[in-house]
Amino acid sequence: MDDFLAGFAELFARFDVLGAFWVNIQLTFWAALLSLVLGTVLALMRISPIASLRWAGTAYVTIFRNTPLTIILTFTYLVLFSQLALSLSDTLDTTFFWFAVIGLAVYHAAFVCEAIRSGVNTVPVGQAEAARAIGLSFLPAAALVIFPQAFRGAVAPLGNTLIALLKNSTVAAAASVSTETSSLMRTMIEFRPDLMVAIFLTFALGYVILVIPIGLVTTSLSRRLAVKR
Amino acid sequence: MDQSTPTTGQPAADETVDAPTSDRVLGAPLVELKNVNKHFGALHVLQDIDLTVRKGEVLVVIGPSGSGKSTLCRAINRLETIDDGTISVDGKTLPEEGKALAQLRAEVGMVFQSFNLFAHKTVLDNVTLGPRKVRGLSKKAAEAEAMTLLDRVGVANQAGKMPAQLSGGQQQRVAIARALAMHPKVMLFDEPTSALDPEMINEVLDAMVALAQEGMTMIVVTHEMGFARKAANRVVFMADGQIVEEAPPEEFFTAPKSERARDFLSKILTH
Repeated sequence: MDDFLAGFAELFARFDVLGAFWVNIQLTFWAALLSLVLGTVLALMRISPIASLRWAGTAYVTIFRNTPLTIILTFTYLVLFSQLALSLSDTLDTTFFWFAVIGLAVYHAAFVCEAIRSGVNTVPVGQAEAARAIGLSFLPAAALVIFPQAFRGAVAPLGNTLIALLKNSTVAAAASVSTETSSLMRTMIEFRPDLMVAIFLTFALGYVILVIPIGLVTTSLSRRLAVKR
Repeated sequence: MDQSTPTTGQPAADETVDAPTSDRVLGAPLVELKNVNKHFGALHVLQDIDLTVRKGEVLVVIGPSGSGKSTLCRAINRLETIDDGTISVDGKTLPEEGKALAQLRAEVGMVFQSFNLFAHKTVLDNVTLGPRKVRGLSKKAAEAEAMTLLDRVGVANQAGKMPAQLSGGQQQRVAIARALAMHPKVMLFDEPTSALDPEMINEVLDAMVALAQEGMTMIVVTHEMGFARKAANRVVFMADGQIVEEAPPEEFFTAPKSERARDFLSKILTH
């Protein structure tokens, strides 16, 4: 047992485990922010009165929800960076980081859109009719009446999307983000295969510790914010 | 009785409006429906509806469920689209979509059966939302007027509460205040008391009678005969998507001309 614990101490001393988790937290933060904005716009498009916008929103969701994340992230690296030579920064690490953020965001925006749409479905149709009846056109009605209620109904599914995003941020390795957790884990196993179990537990428990509060917060938020009817 | 009152199904807009029961003076035509048709799938829910409502008139629409009366009411501010025919409000034909439609809706007040107060906003914010966001009033001006309106319908003391904290009757009176805050030219009431507990019906009807007495043009889908007798100029009886009979309320309730109306009235009057 002592040996086992000493193994953990050694791992933490030699490898920057916390630093790697910090990279994933940053990836998650920026991708969550971007995907929330993009997902909200997509949800607006999907419920809009303009057929071509609805069609475009549906097409986006169908394409990105059904494409494996690894492929999207590999695409950002291979096509955007290698082929088109797009650069987002002077340093390669920063460029790869933002490519990963964009890849994660466009993928999860499809799920955010569907989470918000499920929230829209919790808003009775009479709310939209009342908004239209006082003379609000589509955008103000959505912004002032529908979405404020829809977001409250979407807190739980949005929380689930955030949890998935945090864990999916490890796929950023596919976009050459080499400092994040799954890349570090591979390095650690390469150097210390004798501590395989400890390495595995380190990352598994690390993610459990990060994810549990998200679940707790979203559950209590969705209860507290619920619109009383 | 007045000979100009039409019987079954005739387009009768021109003749009837000259025969109001009250001494109210009616103005120019405000809401006009011409040859309006609508289908829900195979169901022909509005059949060649012709109807004119003049400024200052209170029209009660009555009829069995499924007769199309709610659809008719909702078509007037285009919450229901129509297949053909024209509907115009104050001389303007209903626009199909967009800003022009929103502008027209702002001038047509609507009160729903299920109140439909904005559930995430306080009573006061429910009433000020339209004036502020559609009419561009300042917060202060909108709130001052909202308080006057809430006071008028007797719920000023509830201004800070959320809709769910109010009784059905109070919610419906807030909904009336919310519609009035837009200074509508005409008010539509779609079965405003049908979702209320019996002891709350009168408080809502009282607010509506007061509104009628102030000269508001109203189209009211309701089965409340007390209201029709007290406030209406004209009753329109609908069945199976058609206007079967129209008459002043007293005449309609005491001597209905059509078999359908007699049958309907006998069913709602026997208890």
